[in-house]
Amino acid sequence: MSHERCAVIGIGQTKYSAKRGDVSMPGLLREAAQKALADAGLGWKDIDAVVIGKAPDMFEGVVQPELFLAGALGAVGKPMMRVHTAGSVGGSTAIVASHLVSSGVHKRVLTVAYEKQSESNAMWALSQRFPFQPPVAAGAGGYFAPIIRAYMRRTDAPDHIGMKVVVKDRTNALKNPLAHIHDPEISIEKVRATPMLWDPIRYGETCPSSDGACAMIFSSDGSEVANPAWVLSTAMRSEPMLFPGRDEVSPRAGRDCATSAYKDAGITPADIDCAEIYVPFSWYEPMWLENLHLFENGWRAVDEGKTELDGELPINMSGGVLSSNPIGASGMIRFAEAARQVRGTAEAHQVDGAKIAMGHAYGGGSQFFSMWIVGKERP
Amino acid sequence: MTTVELVSPFVLEYAYKRSTGPVIGRFLTALRAGRIEGVRTATGRVLCPPVEYDPETGEDIVDFVEVGPEGTVTTWTWVAEPEPGQPLSEPFAYALVKLDGADTAMLHALKCGKDALVTGMRVRAVFAAERSGMITDLAYFQPADLPAPELVPVPAEHPVTRFKAPVHAEYTVAAGATTAEFLRGILRKELNGRRCPSCDKIYIPPRGSCPLCGVRTSEVVPLAQKGTVTTFSIIRIPFEGQVLEPPYAAAHVLLDGADVPLLHIVGDCDVDDVRMGMRVEAVWVEDLQPTLASVRYFRPIDEPDATYESFKEHV
Repeated sequence: MSHERCAVIGIGQTKYSAKRGDVSMPGLLREAAQKALADAGLGWKDIDAVVIGKAPDMFEGVVQPELFLAGALGAVGKPMMRVHTAGSVGGSTAIVASHLVSSGVHKRVLTVAYEKQSESNAMWALSQRFPFQPPVAAGAGGYFAPIIRAYMRRTDAPDHIGMKVVVKDRTNALKNPLAHIHDPEISIEKVRATPMLWDPIRYGETCPSSDGACAMIFSSDGSEVANPAWVLSTAMRSEPMLFPGRDEVSPRAGRDCATSAYKDAGITPADIDCAEIYVPFSWYEPMWLENLHLFENGWRAVDEGKTELDGELPINMSGGVLSSNPIGASGMIRFAEAARQVRGTAEAHQVDGAKIAMGHAYGGGSQFFSMWIVGKERP
Repeated sequence: MTTVELVSPFVLEYAYKRSTGPVIGRFLTALRAGRIEGVRTATGRVLCPPVEYDPETGEDIVDFVEVGPEGTVTTWTWVAEPEPGQPLSEPFAYALVKLDGADTAMLHALKCGKDALVTGMRVRAVFAAERSGMITDLAYFQPADLPAPELVPVPAEHPVTRFKAPVHAEYTVAAGATTAEFLRGILRKELNGRRCPSCDKIYIPPRGSCPLCGVRTSEVVPLAQKGTVTTFSIIRIPFEGQVLEPPYAAAHVLLDGADVPLLHIVGDCDVDDVRMGMRVEAVWVEDLQPTLASVRYFRPIDEPDATYESFKEHV
């Protein structure tokens, strides 16, 4: 669909942690943006437009972040916009920003997504008791736990699969200095010993609450750096939360999004060297492996170690959402980490020789999907 | 459709905690001490209230300058009837005050008679007796020629890095015609779905239109008060605002005849007994209200479990 090319020439991330009390919200975004500028060897004046994304408003009680972010992001006098698509927002923000370049509207665009969970309470925001309703809302875990149970029943998956995903992701996180959770003692036994929060979801199988921001800079010709990541395709899909026959375990919007992303990139899933996918609860790894057409049986792939860092298809090399979760940024981190792999800049969690990588995010009640495929070679 | 509107109040309330960052933190720390500080930009302009980053160059700001406490009113608006929560309870002005030494103006309350109010008037900052590192530490401005109350010292504590930002929003939520019709049925202990005329699917809670076909649902369909638990979670986590005491079972209940599951609570049994396929029925509260919470929960009934095959299309 693109007319021009779009290359990722700068990536910046803050260290993810439970609380960044030393910076304001604008300061947090600026930190990631400045790192991205430094990575690209550019300054504020080299940027033509800024696209930001954050979590749903009540998560942080901020409804118009662009009012105070223009000054912090060097956007005074430039176009600036915000993208909203619930938890997938980091991914869709990157996609909208990339389209401003691939459409030929701008030459260089800065995109930033963030969340400061220490200032807020996402669990509270997702557990509102709205009028006329029974008191069933119990956070994201309360929403997704019955769907995970349905997956386990549908596929006869053994109980340890979710725990195995956690151990893999948090072992990967030990190789990523930016990850929030660094637990050298991580083990199946340790995860199993954590309390059930939303049965069948254990505490040890949930994402943390993090502060952090992620930024990328896109360029139309990639000439600014020696190793740009080229955007081969982007895709977004959405669907209603509830309708008869909806497959909540493997939503059609996700399947269609993946099909579209592969087709537009001119690849098949077998061409992907590694992927960063949005797994806030451990069981979503095998679920998405199937939904994204990566493996016919997701839990067997996990069980056989195929998604480990040295496996057939490494998944969440950075440690994933299970190791760092600034919600509004989590989708963009997936996209940025995919780009780092094909740029060869993922350091200790680099997959050797990665040429094609995929980034994925989802949000709402598994309603919004955003994906991109990035490659080392210019298309 | 003519129906009496069904509305309910809804309050959204939370105290967010904001990290100030170094620049705003320093400004608030100075206010607590009874001083006003601005920042100097690369071109020498002094901004008060301060901003974290130079609006002209985008660069960091590192230079602080004390300004005021006197200044000049550049414009104003009169508040004849102050609302609760505003800085003063008597009639006052909101004014932009350019403090001496600053190049930009600060918005704050100005306490003076309306007759005295004029653009260009000289004013002076008055600090609150109790100060905690908030913008309200600067209580208001008053005409410069009035005697200022003496500054009450507060103990110098560690620098300000954080403040509370409470949000309180009151809404009136209207149920809408379709939901209101459903909720009136609840007052008669009825669970009524609506059918899509195009795909024949039955929605409960009913919807005014079918999201699959994009057409209005037409027919009201009374549904059985029995159904099947298709999937569920046991909520064991406590959280802010929680209504029920954990652990409790939150389930997808597919009412007999319905095509979408209802999200509700399963009660009257040990949470460990709740299972996929369990047959349940609605238990009503005594004091029926127009809310789905008038179904207290669904409880197990003495029927064999539904087979997985019979409901797998719904999970």
